[in-house]
Amino acid sequence: MSFRVPRRTIAAFLGPAVAALAIVGIVPLLYAVWKSLHYFNLTKIAQQRFVGLDNYGAVLTDPVFWQAMGRTALLFAIAVPVQIALGLLVALVLHRPGLSFWKTLTRLSLVLPMATTYAVVGLLAQVMLNQKYGVINQMLGWIGIDAINFIGDPTNAFIAVVLWDIWQWTPFVALVLLAGLSTVPPEIEEAAKLETKSNRTILRHVQLPFLIPSLVAVLILRTADTLKLFDMPFTMTRGGPGSATEFIAVLIERVGNRQFDIGMAAAQSIIMLAITIILARLYIRLFYREVR
Amino acid sequence: MAAPIQRRSLWGEALLLLLICLFCVFPFYWMVTTSLKTQVVALESPPVWWFTPTLANYREVLFIDKVGPALINSIIVAVCTTALAVGLGTPAAYALARFEFRGKTDLWFWFITNRFVSPVVLAFPVFLISRELGLRDTHLALILMYLTFTLPIVIWICTDQFRSVPQELDEAALLEGASQWRIFRSICLPLAMPGVAVSSILSFIFSWNELLFAYILTPKAAKTAPAMAVTFMEGYDVPYGKIMATSTLIVVPVLIFALLASRHLVRGLTMGAVK
Repeated sequence: MSFRVPRRTIAAFLGPAVAALAIVGIVPLLYAVWKSLHYFNLTKIAQQRFVGLDNYGAVLTDPVFWQAMGRTALLFAIAVPVQIALGLLVALVLHRPGLSFWKTLTRLSLVLPMATTYAVVGLLAQVMLNQKYGVINQMLGWIGIDAINFIGDPTNAFIAVVLWDIWQWTPFVALVLLAGLSTVPPEIEEAAKLETKSNRTILRHVQLPFLIPSLVAVLILRTADTLKLFDMPFTMTRGGPGSATEFIAVLIERVGNRQFDIGMAAAQSIIMLAITIILARLYIRLFYREVR
Repeated sequence: MAAPIQRRSLWGEALLLLLICLFCVFPFYWMVTTSLKTQVVALESPPVWWFTPTLANYREVLFIDKVGPALINSIIVAVCTTALAVGLGTPAAYALARFEFRGKTDLWFWFITNRFVSPVVLAFPVFLISRELGLRDTHLALILMYLTFTLPIVIWICTDQFRSVPQELDEAALLEGASQWRIFRSICLPLAMPGVAVSSILSFIFSWNELLFAYILTPKAAKTAPAMAVTFMEGYDVPYGKIMATSTLIVVPVLIFALLASRHLVRGLTMGAVK
């Protein structure tokens, strides 16, 4: 159905966008690769020198880097299953007929958390989770739980980040899954409802196949976003206490911006980027084969 | 027999919906009420729910703490990058939707890859480059860097939109002797306005929310509002009311836009993977 047009026309339409994206997206990336092959510290510019793959060797054997990676993976492993379970529950409730006004209202309120400035989400956590002045601890008090030092204690700070990630992204997962549920042809769903009364059977055998693309999208995007996660933990805990909430992007920011070791930060970020791409490809191969 | 059970499950469902709404909205309620508290009230333990509200925090952050100029910086950056992304992105989207050429799928994949690149990968190289070019602490540096996520969004959503414009219109115009550019400008672009509007809103939201590039590239004069909010945390005495007032000022415009584009926000966040 498409037109065959002269190359010149195509270049005129696409050229500016491609050039712009190459300049802001690829040039800095190549520059990062180049810098990652150097010892380059902003406080010791004079000592700049080419070191080949030394930075990569240092990063790959650096326990701090792998601890940050492990922490990021742990956050993903805890938060994402919860987001999918809760999100699926919410999506199934919203998918049922009836109460349509209230469901529209709920859908609108689900939009709010994921649109909120991520930095503000972290600040909100500071205020709401404070041991003495925080409203969450007040509520825990109502059900007889003593105030918890969320921000000051390493384990609790990690839990707080997990909870906050669940708050912000469960609505997103719910809406993606809801979109998936609406791709189930109504006549198939109706037929299945005549066959069985069990909602679980319908979910497993009728709806799940249609949900797979949405689930893949959720997994890929949550993986990418968890690896990117910076704003919320940064404004909430600055990666602390100690390094309890120093996720991979927070670590790289610290090495580059607070230790001024740009060469090392570049090597770390290139390795992180490679891991992101490998994971994304893995998901696509793993899940889409079933659909085909 | 069946009716009462159904009614009860309806009540259960309504209760569940209410819980979901509360879960989503409560932090915003708390943010706004805290922003209306004086520091003395904000530091009461346990926290108080009823108090005399004051606008003092807003006056203070807007006029003394330079959140006002930071908000203006945020508006300048978000509006300019959105305009630039739409200007560059819509012709590209039109080409992807209408023209046949080699390497089209590769181009698509390249556009979506940008969704996966963490800003922290680009931030330091760009910091060095912008220093060399004298672009550090300017709006332009941020406007250009924000193209890395605004441009792909515009291209993705508008390509979809252009595909839904009937091709017969183009063909008729082509027979009349119109150039491709004229078909794009006068026929397809006006018809694709809904997509342009949605992608503009999403670009605005994402640029407005961005922190990492802003934090590293604009330390002073061009500092945006989220980067400004972070600096409040640096003192010993954390000014809760002021932080929440700043947060409210940052979040309210985004939430309004998000509600306006609510049906499309998920599509934007998933880069079109979910319709």
